[in-house]
Amino acid sequence: MSDITLGEICVAAVADTFRGDGEIFASGMGTIPMLGARLARATFEPDLLVSDGEAFFVANNLAVGGTDKQIEGWVPFRSVFDTLWGGRRHVVMGASQIDAHGNQNIANIGSWDRPKSQLLGVRGAPGNTINHTTSYFIGNQTNRVFVEKVDTVSGIGYDRAAELGDWVKAHHEIRRVVTNLGVFDFNTPDHRMRVASVHPGVNLSDITEACSFELVIGDDVPTTRMPTDEELAMLREVLDPKSFRDRELPA
Amino acid sequence: MADKRMTEDEAIATLSDGMTIGIGGWGSRRKPMSLVRALLRSPLTDLTIVSYGGPDVGLLCAAGKVKRLVYGFVSLDSIALEPHFRLARQNGTIPEVVEYDEGMLQWGLYAASLRLPFLPTRAGLGSDVVKNSPFLRTVSSPYADGEELLAVPALTLDAAFVHLNRADERGNAQFLGPDLYFDDLFLNAAAPGRRFMSVEKVVPTAELLENGTFHTMKINRSMVDGVIEAPNGAHFTNCQPDYERDEAFQKEYANAAKDPETWQAFVDTYLSGSEADYQKAVASR
Repeated sequence: MSDITLGEICVAAVADTFRGDGEIFASGMGTIPMLGARLARATFEPDLLVSDGEAFFVANNLAVGGTDKQIEGWVPFRSVFDTLWGGRRHVVMGASQIDAHGNQNIANIGSWDRPKSQLLGVRGAPGNTINHTTSYFIGNQTNRVFVEKVDTVSGIGYDRAAELGDWVKAHHEIRRVVTNLGVFDFNTPDHRMRVASVHPGVNLSDITEACSFELVIGDDVPTTRMPTDEELAMLREVLDPKSFRDRELPA
Repeated sequence: MADKRMTEDEAIATLSDGMTIGIGGWGSRRKPMSLVRALLRSPLTDLTIVSYGGPDVGLLCAAGKVKRLVYGFVSLDSIALEPHFRLARQNGTIPEVVEYDEGMLQWGLYAASLRLPFLPTRAGLGSDVVKNSPFLRTVSSPYADGEELLAVPALTLDAAFVHLNRADERGNAQFLGPDLYFDDLFLNAAAPGRRFMSVEKVVPTAELLENGTFHTMKINRSMVDGVIEAPNGAHFTNCQPDYERDEAFQKEYANAAKDPETWQAFVDTYLSGSEADYQKAVASR
């Protein structure tokens, strides 16, 4: 298939973060993360549970914005909290800021006492990151998003988790960060962020320029994989026929 | 058997300055907005507001009613950021701010509802929630693991406001939408006497089961002191399946918040009269 878009590459990269997760709740905040979870379940990770974004697990391949739901379970927010505190979840959240250790901020920009810009508050990020695997999707990576130090630590990174004892160390995992430029992970000895792959058409220098900290860069950084024909067909014909996937990305 | 029906204004009349009020719903979903509007009309001030925040928090901040705000987030859902809450935070007009993880807020309400001083959790540890709320303490597991956990203090409320779909006049109620949210915990965390529940419709007890299964009957009358019949009372937030969010009105609200003059015009048009005036102004758009 031709004319593969950045949105489609990002959805496949998000889907890959759920590889091997098995029978847990694959949760995505925003269009591309939600599509990534649904695509993973529709293709290589069939045991995942995915939700309608409201209060139900859906068994069918529900389109973004679709209402034709085959409900397989009821998950009101209280059940979501129970599931996440029980560890049976992997969430892909957004991040207004993220640092080299994976500390994430969605609360505010500037000082917390008197923010320059108030955002959402910490939402579920502290509880998510301490209880189960978390990944992030960032649609517009810049050096003001990839920062030396986040203004308010909402989701905790590896340096903070390391100070919290054995249980947390055993359960905390920031698996990957997917952006419009590339894919990042923390598979380094000191869990500092590493460039895992660069999206097709993007240069490493584009990535380092859009980052305020020093990224770990291996000798041979691969290119992010293209979605397969099967994935593209599922995405274009079933999961996102109205092409919401490119609207979260810079034009 | 007590008939607990009353008006919004009668409910608000039982409150005093400085009280802690918990508001049910979630973001811009099934908020007890007619009670919030009655609170806006009152002279009450210096309030502590506890909420999974939406326009309830925004409106009370804009009116300068809030002395202390306890929240896990504040959002309008389809509009991610609540404009009045943002302004209030950026202008430093909320004297005390307690920003929790969403689960911590649940735990605080649950602790209060069980009359416990705190409940332990890991949620919040390591994050700036602990730094920004220095009153928070940790507790060590007394068992072999010895793990250090965050002790979320009970969020005991002086009053609770929730909005449900149906209730009888004694306060047995049901939610008919997809999620109860944490409305039962808000009611149970509040002192008996000031647990107020607005509903779309008051029906005879026997009719409750005609609307939905017994699973929807999560609120019983021991949890409620006042029942307010408020059709369209959650407007402009949603109250599924009775109605969806009024997105056009929410946009109008958010746009008006951008400028003091347009906001004053919004207040004059919609918020200067009674609840009946509000509903009339909304209907005549």
